[in-house]
Amino acid sequence: MRTICLYFQVHQPFRLKRYRFFDIGKDHFYYDDFSNRSILRKVAEKCYLPANQLMFDLIKAYGKQFKIAYSLSGIVIEQMEQYAPEVIESFKKLAKTGCVEFLGETYSHSLASLQNSNEFEEQVKLQTDLINKHFGQNPTVFRNTELIYSDNIGKRVADMGFKAMLTEGAKHVLGWRSPNFLYTNAIEPRLKILLKNFRMSDDIAFRFSDKNWNEWPLTAEKYVSWLNDSDEKDEVINLFMDYETFGEHQDKATGIFEFLRELPNRIFADSSFKFRTPGEVAENHQPISPIHVQYPISWADEERDLSAWLGNEMQDEAYSKIYQMGEKVLKTKNENLIKTWRSLQTSDHFYYMCTKWFSDGDVHIYFNPYDTPYEAFINYMNVVSDFEILVDNSFGNAKSVKKAASKPAAEKIKLKTEKTATKKVAKKETAAAKRKTGKLL
Amino acid sequence: MKILMFGWEFPPHISGGLGTACYGLTKGLVKNDTEILFVVPKAYGDEDTNAARFVNASDVETAGTQVELEKLWGNISFIQIDSNLVPYVDEKEFNLCAPIDKVEKREGIFRHKYSFTGKYGANLMEEVARYALVAATIAKNNTFDVIHAHDWLTYAAGIMAKRVSNKPLVVHVHATEFDRTGENVNPNVFNIEKQGMEQADKVITVSNLTRNTVISKYGIDPKKVVTVHNAVDFYGREEFEVKRSVNDKIITFLGRITYQKGPEYFIEAAYKVMERCDNVRFVMAGSGDMMKKMVRRVARLGMGTRFHFTGFLKGDEVQQMFALSDVYVMPSVSEPFGISPLEAMRSNIPVIISKQSGVSEVLKYAVKVDFWDVDAMADMMYGLVTYPSLSKFSVRNGQEEVNSLKWENAAMKIRKIYNLIANT
Repeated sequence: MRTICLYFQVHQPFRLKRYRFFDIGKDHFYYDDFSNRSILRKVAEKCYLPANQLMFDLIKAYGKQFKIAYSLSGIVIEQMEQYAPEVIESFKKLAKTGCVEFLGETYSHSLASLQNSNEFEEQVKLQTDLINKHFGQNPTVFRNTELIYSDNIGKRVADMGFKAMLTEGAKHVLGWRSPNFLYTNAIEPRLKILLKNFRMSDDIAFRFSDKNWNEWPLTAEKYVSWLNDSDEKDEVINLFMDYETFGEHQDKATGIFEFLRELPNRIFADSSFKFRTPGEVAENHQPISPIHVQYPISWADEERDLSAWLGNEMQDEAYSKIYQMGEKVLKTKNENLIKTWRSLQTSDHFYYMCTKWFSDGDVHIYFNPYDTPYEAFINYMNVVSDFEILVDNSFGNAKSVKKAASKPAAEKIKLKTEKTATKKVAKKETAAAKRKTGKLL
Repeated sequence: MKILMFGWEFPPHISGGLGTACYGLTKGLVKNDTEILFVVPKAYGDEDTNAARFVNASDVETAGTQVELEKLWGNISFIQIDSNLVPYVDEKEFNLCAPIDKVEKREGIFRHKYSFTGKYGANLMEEVARYALVAATIAKNNTFDVIHAHDWLTYAAGIMAKRVSNKPLVVHVHATEFDRTGENVNPNVFNIEKQGMEQADKVITVSNLTRNTVISKYGIDPKKVVTVHNAVDFYGREEFEVKRSVNDKIITFLGRITYQKGPEYFIEAAYKVMERCDNVRFVMAGSGDMMKKMVRRVARLGMGTRFHFTGFLKGDEVQQMFALSDVYVMPSVSEPFGISPLEAMRSNIPVIISKQSGVSEVLKYAVKVDFWDVDAMADMMYGLVTYPSLSKFSVRNGQEEVNSLKWENAAMKIRKIYNLIANT
């Protein structure tokens, strides 16, 4: 029994507005509503709505035989609620067919799984609740942000009750082995691991419209012939990709929708493959062995590691800054602050600071609101600086007293600077006064 | 291959980036199997003769008369020395500045020996013309394969040498009149530049930015214009350790205080930063025609106690200034290349450069802003002094990048251009 497993990632971050340092302490609204709204609307029109309709048509046409899975981040669902509720409705319609599985992930599409705190579990719970609320499903299969996975992360996911998890079929992890089988977590064998077949996935997601590719143009017929060419013992071909592949990364004019419409037809006609959702794969296939992943892998870039989000100095500083604040933020028990803190964890913010694209990577530039990683970093850090002030203020004056008491050495310095500061203030005021008179003149 | 090269200055006697660039370039060319005969208006004798053989234009006797010159130059008007064409030099002043050394009559032909000051000054046009006259003689008395002229001061010389020798001419554009003056171009200079570029077989520009100017403002055929980015040579440079007297972060502007360098944008950005941070000081190092205006602006904004003017810095003082700085800013309105950010990066200082500079084309890791975008500039200044990883990252990568900019590579490109035009 040979299986094709389709899963699509649906995510858009809350992009930050241009936030200058002189806004710190004054402006507490961080998002670029205009571009978030226009991008979401654009992607809804070009991709989500037509692609959902197409999926719905295919499910109708092939009865229960055509099956797919989605993972929607909490952040994108929030934006859909605000800007494109009809997209949520169309996902609900898909959910009702019984042929669509919704996966679990972190609410904010964050890197919390790399942290030791409970934040990861918290966000997964939030996400599960949201999926349940909208689509009436309790996710049993987990997909982490950008398919980030390691043995330890897998263990934590298993402990939360998930039965399977998706990740990249990274070459450096697989070695001679094939991604086309079901594996298990190395620590917790009950957790099944589905590995992305990146060659077959990227043929659609990245190469479909590439005219320099020697296989261009890609037809459903050709694609099915490749599926048939795969080793007979192969059990499951996992095709994982961004949902935006359809109509956005690959424009409608490239024929991507026609390809998708024709694909199940060809598969049923010319091959023995069947469609299954990740949950069904985990149920029906026998895992062949555990897979050891000591260091986290992901589906990004050539490296298939974390280097798109973490690694350069700026990313590391920003990342540690936001998570250092965690305890303090949660202590405020202020829902708005906690929500903001979580949205600032979205992996895209760190992705924009990636400096690898200085040399390559058009993918990184996609929807990137910044010209350079420097701008991305400064903007983010300015926002976080303001956010920290908000958090500190929410404790009132009690906090500063406490801080002073715990750090007597710092207090001395503070006193000193306060003295000079008062001088400076006086100076500034006279300067300001001068300026005013200057203007009047 | 032998090159007849016309320059205006050469280390150690330099007043700007042109001499430094010529030095690096000739050194690189020599490594690329090229022989160079370098002509400067006034050779002092202490130039580095490993890089090139020097001809002091002052020592060359010219064989020719004004009439001959006129015939050779055809319609190039500026060499007919009269007060109309050299508006800011009258004859008397000119005679005082650049006296004709010797005028002797021999065999019925006038032989002149001119003494050149080799400085930029009021009698510049005269010198340019005389330099051209000398160039013709040098071209006649030497053998070479290609003529290479650096910047407009030597274009006339290049054209003359080409006329006499029929060898191909390369003009090298280090800056254009538009960079120096904005839109208020001196038509005489513009004409000399245009003539030089038109007569040249190839035009080399120091950046794509300058290449665009050459194509769009001078109407030169794009096929003829090639960009060869400058490089930088730190050989033999001393490293400075300077003790700081203040704990504040120091953000520095270093360059001529002129329109081209955009000092006012630096001040406006500084003001924004200073309003929010009290641990930052600003330094404007250099001198220039906008200095007084800038001092007044700083006073008006009430920043005087934290904004410092140093005046013109020379030699080691420049390195010391870099060593004292935490951020270097080059907000140039128009900068054909701009070598000082490279020196700053080499001194481990993060730099902010304007997107309107040629050097931004070769520095991937420098922080770049539009010169007019004062908010962005201020934000970058703030970011670099506030968030340590930013400056760490840009310094580390900038250092690597700067070290990879080698004159040999630039010279190799130029050598290819020589080969191309010498064979056609």
